[in-house]
Amino acid sequence: MSVEEIPHTVEPHPITGVYNGKFGIWLFLASEVMLFGALFSTLVLLRVGAPSWPQGSELLNVPLATLNTFVLIASSVTMVMSWASLKMDNFGRFKLYLGLTVLLAFVFLVIKYFEYTHKFHLGIFPSTSTFYATYFTMTGLHGLHVVGGIIVNLYLLFPGSKLWHTAPEQFANRIECAGLYWHFVDLVWIFLFPILYLL
Amino acid sequence: MAEHAHGDHGHHELPFWQKYVFSTDHKVIGIQYAVTALFFLLFGFCLMMMMRWQLAYPGQPMPWIGTLFSAVNMPEGIMVPEFYNQLGAMHGTIMVFLGVVPLAVGGFGNYVLPLQIGAPDMAFPKLNMASYWVFYVGGVIMLASFFVPEGAAQSGWTSYPPLAVIAPTGQTWWLWGMVALITSSLLGSVNFIVTTVQMRAEGLSFFRLPFFVWAQFVTAFLLLLAFPPLEAAGVMQLMDRIAGTSFFMPSGLVVTGQALDVSGGGSPLLWQHLFWFLAHPEVYVLILPAMGIVGEIVANNTRRPLWGYRTLVYSIVFLGFMSFIVWAHHMFMTGMGTTISTFFQATTMIISIPSVIILTAFALSLHGGSIRFTVPMLFCLAFIPMFAIGGLTGLPLGLTASDLHLHDTYYVIGHFHYVVAPGTIFALFAGIYYWFPKATGRMMNDALGKLHFWTSLIFMNGVFMPMMFVGMAGVSRRLYDQTQYAYGAQVQGLTAMSSWSAWLLGLAQIFFIVNFFWSMRKGKKVESDNPWQATTLEWATPTPPPHGNFKDTPRVCRGPYEYSVPGASSDFIPQHASDNGQVDQPESEPAPTPADDD
Amino acid sequence: MQEKVYGYWLPIDISTHGATVDWLINWLHVFMVALFLGWGVFFIYCLVRYRRRANPDATYDPIKGKIAKYVEYGVIVVEAVLLIGLSMPLWADFKHAFPDESDALVVRVVPEQFAWNIHYSGTDGKFGRTAPEFVSADNLLGLDPDDPDGNDDFNAINNLHIVKDKPVIAHVSSKDVIHSFKIPVLRLTQDAIPGQDIRIWFEATKNGAFDIACAQLCGLGHYRMRGQLTVESEAAFQAWFDEQSGAADEEDEFSF
Repeated sequence: MSVEEIPHTVEPHPITGVYNGKFGIWLFLASEVMLFGALFSTLVLLRVGAPSWPQGSELLNVPLATLNTFVLIASSVTMVMSWASLKMDNFGRFKLYLGLTVLLAFVFLVIKYFEYTHKFHLGIFPSTSTFYATYFTMTGLHGLHVVGGIIVNLYLLFPGSKLWHTAPEQFANRIECAGLYWHFVDLVWIFLFPILYLL
Repeated sequence: MAEHAHGDHGHHELPFWQKYVFSTDHKVIGIQYAVTALFFLLFGFCLMMMMRWQLAYPGQPMPWIGTLFSAVNMPEGIMVPEFYNQLGAMHGTIMVFLGVVPLAVGGFGNYVLPLQIGAPDMAFPKLNMASYWVFYVGGVIMLASFFVPEGAAQSGWTSYPPLAVIAPTGQTWWLWGMVALITSSLLGSVNFIVTTVQMRAEGLSFFRLPFFVWAQFVTAFLLLLAFPPLEAAGVMQLMDRIAGTSFFMPSGLVVTGQALDVSGGGSPLLWQHLFWFLAHPEVYVLILPAMGIVGEIVANNTRRPLWGYRTLVYSIVFLGFMSFIVWAHHMFMTGMGTTISTFFQATTMIISIPSVIILTAFALSLHGGSIRFTVPMLFCLAFIPMFAIGGLTGLPLGLTASDLHLHDTYYVIGHFHYVVAPGTIFALFAGIYYWFPKATGRMMNDALGKLHFWTSLIFMNGVFMPMMFVGMAGVSRRLYDQTQYAYGAQVQGLTAMSSWSAWLLGLAQIFFIVNFFWSMRKGKKVESDNPWQATTLEWATPTPPPHGNFKDTPRVCRGPYEYSVPGASSDFIPQHASDNGQVDQPESEPAPTPADDD
Repeated sequence: MQEKVYGYWLPIDISTHGATVDWLINWLHVFMVALFLGWGVFFIYCLVRYRRRANPDATYDPIKGKIAKYVEYGVIVVEAVLLIGLSMPLWADFKHAFPDESDALVVRVVPEQFAWNIHYSGTDGKFGRTAPEFVSADNLLGLDPDDPDGNDDFNAINNLHIVKDKPVIAHVSSKDVIHSFKIPVLRLTQDAIPGQDIRIWFEATKNGAFDIACAQLCGLGHYRMRGQLTVESEAAFQAWFDEQSGAADEEDEFSF
């Protein structure tokens, strides 16, 4: 037989202790750290170099952002619960929790939408000042990551979940990887929130 | 070869588009990458040959070809400066991001790496396919940008703002293209690292990996970690261009007499830092896979183990690590103070050490060998001194004092082209000649190959050696017409010589193109799966390797370069050969170590 | 018989700091060529001696490579000496050992696409205030008309006049995009970055007229952004300077 299975898609590698997907997602997250790291460095450099820099809390809507922080943290919790449900063989609860995760992500985006449109109504755009440029670019890029997470989770919730019936372990692994990504998106927000809104 | 390929393979014939177009087989993807990249190399080379006309004969109409272009770009066959700048920017971009990297990493990495580690495919075949098609889209965007109003990007491949921000639409297309290319190489690099760590055949510990695999492995880390900051920078430049932000735009700009309507407060140098944080590791992305190829071919054609295999591995890992902390040597003349410049000068001097070690190891490998001057070997042998010239000429550029004169002159152009053109591209040619029989089952023609080699070697030097002197005279790079300056007019003859060499170099590539296509159909068929009598695992597969690669999962018993082992029955022992004889002293290797983190 | 200014190697050097730069470049090339040739001899020897016909059986064991090791140590030592002994002191000198402003000629270099604005302070020795909003076709520097310091300031477009053997301090900036202020005979390159004011200094030791070039791609006219450096005696310079400054002053008086 000349065609064989790709090793370690499901069972962990004996030495590294992880399966391919998990290793891959960690590498991907490492590159994401470099991406957001570059943006955070930009913020620091521009802020240090600027003659004056506004206080984020005076210009941005802190209560809404605080609410959004809790929404995202809650979605991370539901994400873990959905994975744990799979591990406990409870497919129904998994669907419930993953659905909740997607729902919370939508809530986050809706709140973000209100924040943005409010700014636009006030005539504030990315071009207004370097502060707003960083604010819109960083939260915008983060928002795109949230959208990406929603797409992946929706896939796993509906068409992708068929895999559960044929290869449950592989499916649980996929949920774990999607979860790692989702926690990262959450984590980025936890850095963004104080740096943009509070400092 | 045919019986292997079609042996037990008939039971799942895939439809044409799945087999050759949207294939998930790493070998098909590798060939797709290689062919696309070769096309782009030729295209980028043509752009340069056109520029060379303007450089050699400034302001004179280009014969024949000039009439093919629109009156906007080449009125009466005379190139306008805007078009010249487009050609310059796109030559750099295409050669680096669409030519050399996709061929070295996407092509050779994809085709050879899984074979050399005894894996059935890459770890994520679908991701691999996505990586190619995203790359393809990026390439199409770049090509299409020539046809937008006012043409393609024209602010150099470095795209320094504010110039790039106020440039015409083509620059926006360039940025979108770059976003696609960065995403593609990101997907690729994740795949390479996971494949190398997780899917090595049994017994293939890290220190039994062929040098080529090590080179690809380190390269993948560079791509993974260095590209995202450029992606961030690209997003910010897009914002500057589209949303009117001022990340890279300082306050108080006055362009052609008009105060620019931006909020200001940005920093043009920020772009340079983010760009070079990518682009210096990128230089090593260009060179490391080439070194890997040279290592394989030198060992095979000297019929003895590579000298100092472990030293080579440590050097290449160190090189990869250091490449992250030398970037600001591209920026010595931006008003840098003494402390920072000292740091970057010191790291630049340090990074030259592993390169010297690697070259020395290749040279010492020749000593005591039994050298076969095959076509791939010729290209590798030329790589060594050519890369040495490229490396040595980096020294005066790496010291601020000498850089005061040489910065941004043709000396720089000569320097990095020696690294990339007769360096990397020669190694890539070597790779094509070397692995062609594995991929097609036919050898490339020897006579044409030798013609290709000698003509290329002579004309490559004819192109780049004069540049050293032009630069020494003080001529700045990216000049549409150097005769505007007294010292430029003085060395105009050398520039014309470069141009003539470039056109002849173009003609010399016809030998290669003819050889490539002719050999594919009519080349001499290989008599075995291992025509070069090599030791590494890719030669243990049927020719060409079927989907899934190996007939039996190989088990590796020894290091990668067991050539001319005393007392052995033949002068090479493949890595997977189970027949140990009396010669095999099993190395007491430690268990495979997890990924080196650089 | 006039000395040849430009050729196939370094152009003549007319600066006080250039000798070190040239020394470094020349010796570095001697070192590079020696290393390359020495190494090349070994390379060619191996190719001939160990070709298949002369040496049908390769040896398995590696050669010791002791000499190679010493060569590598040698390279490290040479690089360290060049860096610590030459490059760092020169750079420190260039960056920190500024002459006193009172002994030096101070100019502002403010390039734009595609010309060099050279801002002289005029006879009062004080630069007028400049701001982007004042820029117009006959006020390329954007001098504030209400600032009396600026009345006798003048802009010598594409013309940098300096005095032989008198240090020059230049404030390099840019109006639009990044340019690079390059004078090969002075062994000088300095990027001109908008939003930044970078101070450099140099001193010329020979009279004559030389080229100023732009070394950073700045748009379609990058290639023709040529300026002229005129190095002259104190007297000749003063005559030129007074004439320009007086003309600027008069012009101002007419316009108000």
